[in-house]
Amino acid sequence: MFDLIEKYNVLDAFWLTIKLTFYAAILSLIWGTILAGMRVSPVPAMRAFGTLYVNLFRNTPLTLILVATSIVLKNTLGVTMFADEQSQDFFAILDFRLAILGLTAYTATFVCESIRSGINTVPVGQAEAARALGLSFAQVLRIIVLPQAFRSVVGPLASVLIALTKNTTVATAIGVAEAAGILRAMIEFESDRIMVVFLIFALGFVILTLPTGLILGQVAKKVAVKR
Amino acid sequence: MTAATPAPPMIRMEGVDKFFGDLHVLKDINIEVPAGQVVVVLGPSGSGKSTLCRAINRLEPINQGVIEVDGKPLPAEGKALAGLRADVGMVFQQFNLFAHKTIADNVALAPVKVRKMNKGEARQHAMGLLERVGITDQAEKYPAQLSGGQQQRAAIARALAMKPKVMLFDEPTSALDPEMVQEVLDVMTNLAKEGMTMLVVTHEMGFARRAANRVVFMSDGEIVEDSTPDVFFTAPKSDRAKDFLGKILTH
Repeated sequence: MFDLIEKYNVLDAFWLTIKLTFYAAILSLIWGTILAGMRVSPVPAMRAFGTLYVNLFRNTPLTLILVATSIVLKNTLGVTMFADEQSQDFFAILDFRLAILGLTAYTATFVCESIRSGINTVPVGQAEAARALGLSFAQVLRIIVLPQAFRSVVGPLASVLIALTKNTTVATAIGVAEAAGILRAMIEFESDRIMVVFLIFALGFVILTLPTGLILGQVAKKVAVKR
Repeated sequence: MTAATPAPPMIRMEGVDKFFGDLHVLKDINIEVPAGQVVVVLGPSGSGKSTLCRAINRLEPINQGVIEVDGKPLPAEGKALAGLRADVGMVFQQFNLFAHKTIADNVALAPVKVRKMNKGEARQHAMGLLERVGITDQAEKYPAQLSGGQQQRAAIARALAMKPKVMLFDEPTSALDPEMVQEVLDVMTNLAKEGMTMLVVTHEMGFARRAANRVVFMSDGEIVEDSTPDVFFTAPKSDRAKDFLGKILTH
């Protein structure tokens, strides 16, 4: 088992999975929060954009989104995502960034919908009291509503992050050498030890996702708002 | 005495109409509240008194008519409205303290975020107000850890922190256990004595008698009577007021 892990650089591949997950998680939390803000905003145009975006990206297969970043953004439009074109790793870096972009565009919709359901758990009176004190819509959202909404959706957000971790495997489709890319090679060349190969990857992902669930489960309990 | 131009009333409502769908909840409301006056709004449930109170800082938008606060008409939603609300304190039936912030932070929040007061000063000011409502020792607790009466006193302190020109009370004691009603009414009575302009929607007849300069009786979305507490409680003119008083004062 360990000889396989070493031979195929499994640890490097999982490190790439972790990096993809990490960056996509941060960005989709930010973008998802902004989308949620749009969806509850009093401005009709913002609401419409938020709704359209979420329905479009949430209902499109992730593979399609990732392949689209590669084919449309990279091949057709020549987007470089601020990667250095002189660098010999140019395409590796570009594909990595495109994968993060695609994962973020997709995952943010689930973050948005989780947060929006969290916003619905905050009693209307909280926002009314804040408005009555003279806070602006943005302040009410940022200082009063979102902090309480976040606290009630840590559990659902953990599920979204776990799904994201596993969804990074789709990045193989655009040539990012994360865990699933190596898996494909190993299935091909180590067919006599196929059970071991699968076990390595199943374990690898459990090791990545289990702490997310456990830690965020604790966090959820700790930050819960008492009413 | 000099005959200066009279100051505008703190609150003025003229020809105000409000509908919830087909339901006509405020019918041609005309009322003026001069600065320094304490007005108690009485009436059976569903008479529109809470809506009237909430219309004054536009938590309920109205369909027709004019509402002015301190001589200025209510602006539409946006920055100007936020500015007006900052000058109008509001106390809710359900307290609505910010559940994720301590009592001291609840009180200091708006002065910092809206009035741009520095944090230390706001905190000091907040502690002073908590002392005034008698809950200094609860400053570092969260709202859920306080009794209803303490929460409502904190909510009054939070509204006072903005140094409002007028205070609106929307049934401030209706969600309280009976033994906690008095502590909140005491704070309100003191406020009235200090000359705060107040509009109080309540069912507390004792408070109306003791602290009010004026009683407004509402029924079915209309202002039916507008008189002094003495006149209202001893010699109500309308049948609806007589009926209402008969129901609440006899038991």
